[in-house]
Amino acid sequence: MMDRYTKLQIVGIYAALAVFLTFILLPFFEMFMASLRPLEHLFRSPYQFWSDDFSFQAYSDMWETVPLLGRYIFNSVFIATAVTAMTMIFVIPAAYAYARLDFPFKSASLGVFLGVNMFTGAVLLIPLYRVLRTLGMLNTYWAMIIPGVAFLIPTGIWLLRSYLEKIPRELEEAAFVDGASRLYTLRRVVLPLAVPGLIVVGVAVFIGAYAQQFLFAITFNQQRELQPLPAGLYEFIGYQDVTWNQMMAAALVGVLPVMLIFLFLQKYLVAGLTAGAVKE
Amino acid sequence: MSEKTFGLLLIAPAMLFIAVIVAWPLAETIRLSFMEAGLGGEEYVGLANYQDLLESRKFNDTIWRTFYWMFLSVTLKLILGLIGATLLNAAVPGRALFRVLVMPPWVIPIAIGCIGWLWLYNGYFGVLSGTMMSLGITDGPFEFLAHKRSAFYSAIVTDVWVGVPMVTLFFLAAMQGVNRDLYEAAWVDGAGRWYRFRRITIPQIMPVIVSMALLSAIWTFNSFEIIWILTEGGPRSATTTLIVDTYKTAIGNYKFGEGSARAVIIVVLLGLFSLLYLFFLGKVNKYYGAK
Repeated sequence: MMDRYTKLQIVGIYAALAVFLTFILLPFFEMFMASLRPLEHLFRSPYQFWSDDFSFQAYSDMWETVPLLGRYIFNSVFIATAVTAMTMIFVIPAAYAYARLDFPFKSASLGVFLGVNMFTGAVLLIPLYRVLRTLGMLNTYWAMIIPGVAFLIPTGIWLLRSYLEKIPRELEEAAFVDGASRLYTLRRVVLPLAVPGLIVVGVAVFIGAYAQQFLFAITFNQQRELQPLPAGLYEFIGYQDVTWNQMMAAALVGVLPVMLIFLFLQKYLVAGLTAGAVKE
Repeated sequence: MSEKTFGLLLIAPAMLFIAVIVAWPLAETIRLSFMEAGLGGEEYVGLANYQDLLESRKFNDTIWRTFYWMFLSVTLKLILGLIGATLLNAAVPGRALFRVLVMPPWVIPIAIGCIGWLWLYNGYFGVLSGTMMSLGITDGPFEFLAHKRSAFYSAIVTDVWVGVPMVTLFFLAAMQGVNRDLYEAAWVDGAGRWYRFRRITIPQIMPVIVSMALLSAIWTFNSFEIIWILTEGGPRSATTTLIVDTYKTAIGNYKFGEGSARAVIIVVLLGLFSLLYLFFLGKVNKYYGAK
């Protein structure tokens, strides 16, 4: 009863939603429309909203204009996957420690991790460049993976910790009583129970890793074959004759992997990310 | 193994990693900020870099611009996020779909979204300029990113676009977490929708609003890619915020010392923010009786 709206209110809500979603989706719509227009049409003046020569030609031409496009997309997925795997290796034990154990400097060290969240790699580029050079990692995949991991560890710990806290302690205690070691308990009791949480954190980290590739790629990597999609496409904007329709097609195809992952897992992801925002 | 040792052992790898990749470079940045450093070598100059910055009118402008950028962008994100979350929380058919449709700007790489905006802002083939022309607002093509003022506000719109989904998502989650009994009790007493929103929803989600305000402030302050791809800080520095200025100085012009001094100032400002954040969050939680 309380939630019943009048017809006028419903119309108002939909109208407002339409405006809101137009703002959110307009760039995607425009990118898609641009990708359908033949190149000579793009530069036609005055502006035309509709034309009758739309085609999907750009989607096949782009592989020739941007010969490395497939490679860029692969690089993006590969770097994001590697970052996610490495991040989880660091995050899982630490998150467990913060969720369950009592040890010296617990809150101080957690504060340090969260402090990392405060600034971005852009502030540390010069020394980071030197560190990566010393380690011999410049112009390799590592140059984009290592800094990516560092800046995702804090978020990962934070998210996973709140998930692990919700797993009942009794199960672990039962394992202890049976004489299991701490490491065994973590591996065989806690982790299997935490799989849904691990998936949420993993996907969140993956999306973060997919999104943050640009800065590290343009700064630490000069090798074109290793460039992730955002950096690879960015290079093309500077060219004299940008084939915009193909650029847009490439950009849309390039975000497909991460969009698909998101669509499949969005329900869990949203619930997991916002767990902290909901009072229990 | 004792619990203490085990705990320390478990966090050690992550701590070590952060130490090498974040803490050590941070210390290096502080050291470099006292140096005149470039590709050639380093020379200790004391506080000269900071002195130059504080005396520079240009840098002063950059700081104000950054705060203005942050204030405007965060305010818009919060207002739009609140409106969006309220709409998505309304019990109308199709809301599950709408909730998914809000997320793409957050999911895709920022750089890719910016390529889309680059196109929208184009005077000749962008839909915005096209619409303005056909409505007769402007006579000719309008290049949004070519004029100081419009470039600044265009960059803000894009920054808001990138940030709004996350804010909306968190507000929505918080709204869904508000106890329904409160609404029902108010409804029985004859309270209207607006009254319930003002007196129940807003106070109940206040801790989340404050959290998002300060987190957004930090993200917006650090926002680099959006400005870099849209304008590279131009035209004539109109969109140069602190972070862009730092990047241009250090990476673009190889002035490592001066760049580092800027970076240190950013870190100090962000540190102050965070203290403010913790202070306010504590107050708000106390005031609204959250845990």
